[in-house]
Amino acid sequence: MLSRIAESLFWIGRYVERADGTARILDVHLERLNQMPLPQQRETSRQLLGVMGSRPEKEDTDLSDLLQALAYDRSSATSIAGALGAARENARRARETVSSSVWESLNTTWYGLTQHRKDVVGTYRFCHWVVERTAMVRGLSDTTMSHDESWQFLVLGRSLERADMTARMLSTHDVHAAGLSWVNMLRCAGAYESFLRTRRASFGDQQAAEFLLLDRLFPRSIVYALSDAETCLTQLNPAYQRVGFINDASRIVGQARTFLEFHQTRDLMSELPEHMDRIQKACARASDAVSRTYFSQADELAWVGEVS
Amino acid sequence: MSELFADYAAAARKTPAFDEMFDAGQLPRTEYGQVASALDALNLADVTARADSMARTFLDRGVTFDFAGEERPFPLDIVPRVIAGSDWDTLERGVAQRVKALEAFLNDVYDRMTVVADGVIPRRLITSSAHFHREVAGFTPAGGVRVHISGIDVVRDQQGTFRVLEDNVRVPSGVSYVLENRRAMAKGLPEAFGQQHIRPVEEYPRRLLAALRKTAPPGVEDPTVVVLTPGVFNSAYFEHTLLAGLMGVELVEGRDLIVRGNRVYMRTTAGEQRVDVIYKRIDDEFLDPLQFRADSVLGCPGIVNAARAGMVTIANAVGNGVADDKLVYTYVPDLIRYYLGEDPIIANVDTYRLEDAPAREEVLDRLDELVVKPVDGSGGKGLVIGPDATKAELATLRAKILEDPRGWIAQPVLQLSTVPTMSGGQFSPRHVDLRPFAVNDGEDVWVLPGGLTRVAMKEGSLIVNSSQGGGSKDTWVVDGEVRGPARGALQDERPAAVRERTSVWPIETNWQDKQSEQQQQ
Repeated sequence: MLSRIAESLFWIGRYVERADGTARILDVHLERLNQMPLPQQRETSRQLLGVMGSRPEKEDTDLSDLLQALAYDRSSATSIAGALGAARENARRARETVSSSVWESLNTTWYGLTQHRKDVVGTYRFCHWVVERTAMVRGLSDTTMSHDESWQFLVLGRSLERADMTARMLSTHDVHAAGLSWVNMLRCAGAYESFLRTRRASFGDQQAAEFLLLDRLFPRSIVYALSDAETCLTQLNPAYQRVGFINDASRIVGQARTFLEFHQTRDLMSELPEHMDRIQKACARASDAVSRTYFSQADELAWVGEVS
Repeated sequence: MSELFADYAAAARKTPAFDEMFDAGQLPRTEYGQVASALDALNLADVTARADSMARTFLDRGVTFDFAGEERPFPLDIVPRVIAGSDWDTLERGVAQRVKALEAFLNDVYDRMTVVADGVIPRRLITSSAHFHREVAGFTPAGGVRVHISGIDVVRDQQGTFRVLEDNVRVPSGVSYVLENRRAMAKGLPEAFGQQHIRPVEEYPRRLLAALRKTAPPGVEDPTVVVLTPGVFNSAYFEHTLLAGLMGVELVEGRDLIVRGNRVYMRTTAGEQRVDVIYKRIDDEFLDPLQFRADSVLGCPGIVNAARAGMVTIANAVGNGVADDKLVYTYVPDLIRYYLGEDPIIANVDTYRLEDAPAREEVLDRLDELVVKPVDGSGGKGLVIGPDATKAELATLRAKILEDPRGWIAQPVLQLSTVPTMSGGQFSPRHVDLRPFAVNDGEDVWVLPGGLTRVAMKEGSLIVNSSQGGGSKDTWVVDGEVRGPARGALQDERPAAVRERTSVWPIETNWQDKQSEQQQQ
């Protein structure tokens, strides 16, 4: 397939997952923020924006700035609207490759972005709607596209972004002075019920963090997402099944995953910020490596002579 | 008729145009029978709801064209344009005839120019055409076809006779709307579909792919076809994605291609892959910066040389624009007689050649009654309709014509035929044209039944271009008799054979047990 199309698919995967993750994080934090005194609310909003990777421009960031930056700002790919717009634009460019139902669901989602009230209450609805729509896009791409190379790129982007998003989600724990309760954190990832059933009575910060970070069976955990990405990378390059690796992406993702998976520690909570930071960096590096290997092409047109 | 047609007769009498749906006595023509009775059963609320849902579907599916950087849905009217099967058969033959003549003309023009030597058309006229490209003279394209895809615009005059308005053998667009319109109409006006045979349009992508593959460079076992688009900002980008998608081929941009040793490759995730046939949807001028505009970033350097070397087929061939030239158009009936030895099946619209001094005199005297068009324009650009123009516009036009008589032609104002169109809460007559699409595989010219009907949405307007507020209609070629399943044929058929049972896998859970039991018995 064309490199340009592969790149578009990779980014559709990333942007859709980003919209989903951001909607989940925003939803949970909005609830907390609303209960805070104003100065604290401002400080927390700023920090939250920092974690989500958008630098607040003004000193006094208030709630509406936060909503604008994370939900409605179409010009920035960190916001939900921006990410969905970018996903739709990429799908438009790869329209003959994605199935028409995937294109249509992204297209109608994009048209639906304007139909929400941009206040706090409207944003709850908005987040819920985004989670639903992105689930639909994922479902349609899984069931209507051949699971060939093109789909692998989509899933690769999705998995890397998901690991990154869960890492950010865990990082936001420290944003609140009192700490966001782990119940909320698990709800945010949609992991609450799974966690309860898995861990039963033992309930605490440590276990919840472990679950979101290390659980091998829960799909939004970082270890699970990274091993998904690894599978995709292997599928894309089946020649290196036995020894070695061909690209940096496999190495970065593989090393991150194995380190976490087999890491032994008594105090996960104090190490958590360090881990989260490294995971976000690893995802970014892996994404760069994928671009270099599969997508990059000489930017300018070059004429190669008559004789090769 | 329903209330929606209450004022139709009065409005239709205001214009001398031929109405496609109603005859002189304001009764629906035979071919419109089904449509008329389907529409009759609807009231305004029904029609509005259906039109809204059709528009919504178009937006969701992204059936849009780009206008000034904005995606707009292409308005589709709920009343189809119906053409009787017998009329269509003539039209079809006429279009095919014209395509064959133009194909022969282009082959000749870029080769020995016998048509000039034999005095049919002046050499000066060809060599002075803006789209005559010397860069592609002197070789036959790989596959031997120049006009793979064409869109010959035809209109119906006041007497209801079809006439050719212009030829498009460069990059005719609009076929995607034909396919999408039919899909939308099947959901929007299902009542009109039953009980009659409407010739299907969905085989177009298959026919196109087959023709493109057939004209691949010789010796290629399994040709790789691509669609070359200028990119997402092109007004017809939707069409490019749809055609590439329906043909199951890659949609490439110039930067995806690379020419090496006169072979064309595309950059894929698995390295470079050879390309054999390029369905070119960009203008010649932008195709190859080595040959044409050096500042073009849409094309791919070296592609024309690759075509000259016979390593790649470009469809449509580079340089076809000379046949689109509106001054060459005036010679097409002669070309048909010269190359095919036949009389033209569809006539041209009467046209003044402004290089002839007497014709120019007459046109300049009657400028306010004529339509004047630039010879190399498309999409209605630069066209001046005399009766609608201001004095100042006419004065400018007069100066332009005197300065460059080769650059313009003049035609009488044609009252294009009308079809009922939803507007302001009722149906009223609106002018339409028709673009049948033809696919040429070198042996045979296949014409898509129907084609694109464009409609001017403003009352009295004769400009149907989408960039100037035009919409479209689904176009049906309807055959007279109802073609249900023929009864005689059914009786002849033998009862379906009982399926073999041995060729499937066993699904009984205790299959092996049973088998061994049977063996024991």
